[in-house]
Amino acid sequence: MTQDTLLQSGPVSPQRAMHLLNRGVTYLIILVLCVLFGFPLFWTVMSSLKTIPEMFSFPPILVPSIPQWTNYWTVLNIDYPVGQWFVNSVMIVILTTLGTLITASLVAYSLARFEYRGRDVLFMITLSTMMLPAQVTLIPQFVLFYRLGWINTHLPLWVPHWLGGGAFAIFLMRQFFLTLPRDLDEAALIDGAGYFRIFWSILMPLCKPVLATLAIITIIASWSDFLGPLIYLNTPEKFTVSVGLQFFNAVPEVGGEPMQHLLMAACVMSMVPIILMFFFGQRFFVQGIVMSGIKG
Amino acid sequence: MAVAETGAPVGGAPDSRASLLSKLVGAQTPFQTKRALWGYVYAAPWVLGLIIFWGGPIVASFYFGFTEYAVIGSPKFTGLSNYIRAFSGDELFWPSLGRTFTFAGMYIPFAVGGALILAVLLNQKLMGTTVFRTLFFVPHLIPAVALAVLWTFLLAPRVGPVNEFLRGIGISDPPGWLASRDSALASVTMINVWAAMGGNTMLIFLAGLQGVPQELYDAASIDGGGAWAKFRHVTLPMLTPTIFFNVVLAVIGALKVFTTAWVATQGGPSYATWFFALHIYFQAFQYFRLGYGSALAWVLAAILIFFTWVQVRYSRRWVHYEGG
Repeated sequence: MTQDTLLQSGPVSPQRAMHLLNRGVTYLIILVLCVLFGFPLFWTVMSSLKTIPEMFSFPPILVPSIPQWTNYWTVLNIDYPVGQWFVNSVMIVILTTLGTLITASLVAYSLARFEYRGRDVLFMITLSTMMLPAQVTLIPQFVLFYRLGWINTHLPLWVPHWLGGGAFAIFLMRQFFLTLPRDLDEAALIDGAGYFRIFWSILMPLCKPVLATLAIITIIASWSDFLGPLIYLNTPEKFTVSVGLQFFNAVPEVGGEPMQHLLMAACVMSMVPIILMFFFGQRFFVQGIVMSGIKG
Repeated sequence: MAVAETGAPVGGAPDSRASLLSKLVGAQTPFQTKRALWGYVYAAPWVLGLIIFWGGPIVASFYFGFTEYAVIGSPKFTGLSNYIRAFSGDELFWPSLGRTFTFAGMYIPFAVGGALILAVLLNQKLMGTTVFRTLFFVPHLIPAVALAVLWTFLLAPRVGPVNEFLRGIGISDPPGWLASRDSALASVTMINVWAAMGGNTMLIFLAGLQGVPQELYDAASIDGGGAWAKFRHVTLPMLTPTIFFNVVLAVIGALKVFTTAWVATQGGPSYATWFFALHIYFQAFQYFRLGYGSALAWVLAAILIFFTWVQVRYSRRWVHYEGG
């Protein structure tokens, strides 16, 4: 690495030496940071492969003597419905994401391409909802869903996303629609295409990158959501991964038998899908954050 | 969705009616009127969503704030008593608010400052930047519950690796972290900073750094400026809009802190991490005091709006907009 070349290179000009020293120091700082950010994750994965005595040994052991890969199978077969939590979360994430993508792009299409009275007011109101803390609307929403008999169902967690998908999604899609040339729409209109056809067959295919961005952001937010499921779900069979983990964490044993190693395995399982998705969709994700940050 | 192109809402309406309708939607020709009506159709889901999930709840929650309400039955109007109770009769109100501000005061400089340092490091165009960026970002992706659970184990006073490391370097009596009243608040702050530093804030800084024109650095070099001078007199001033944006977001995030504290400590030990958002949650959803909870939520909303306003108001003093 840079430190090595610094030591090996013979006589160098002072500027060059200074430059190499700078690089070396930078790398050193970054390596320390890598340990700081990486070690907790490494330790969690190692813990998920331990036996219970290894989990609580003093002094702590870092790497288990024999990795207990079966922990990942065992955790799915304990008295807590861990597998069901994952099924529930996946279902909710899929429904939430579909609703957000479809309805947010329709609304954004309306805001970006149509002219009508009240459009700009609607857009301003949309932006201002981002300012208000969720706590303000949470209690009346709870009352609403209670009256509808939706408590302890998954409906409150995904149905609202089918009504526009929220201010951020609409904003992101609108900004993207504005970058697409209007000539496309007009040419299609002259050729006799209707507005929905223009939206669906001409604009949406061009929106694939921003749709990917929005999908990733929505999936991550929905998968990690805690407050919603905590408020609306009561029975373990209905829990999502987040609330389930919290429930497991509060009582990490069944019949007096400690299961902290399995809790760690469940933790790792809750992180892996999101991290994998980030690896594959990193380009889209970074673009989306940057877009919202720069133009916002 | 089967929206037929031919199904225009106003096909060949009579002139007088069409012109009234046109005025109503802000159009002049029949073509524009038709287009405006389609605009409403596509915006309809969100208008409905705004009414059901924003407008209605905002009005309802404002009203609930002046009532006593326990889900079952109907709200009983009690005037200002909820607010009076919050400010003078609730012994957890001021401490939880103060604790939330203490958290924000520690969290914001470390999370935003740390993110800036990480972004500057990654902007050096070193080999492996993408790998480092990904590694810094991963903590931000961990679901908040898993984050709290794994740090509870890492910071376990006796068998946790952090204290083992501290004992290893000669600290014989390491802190109790989340388990101790004195260090729980700092520990929760640390966990949140760890998860936030390399996240969105850092990515936004990176994008901001890429927007700083190279000429400015070249000019600074010619004037004999070193690395620090360049950072202080070029990078920082050029980044102030980005810093401003990130600080506003960090303030909003910090004042709403909930999940990590709820999972890692349940607000304890002995209320050491009982933040304001936890107080609202407990009042509303554990004791089902929906009226009182709504009043507390409005206090939080007022604080957030106030801080955002102050920041926007005073931003002109330190935020530098190029060409603006």
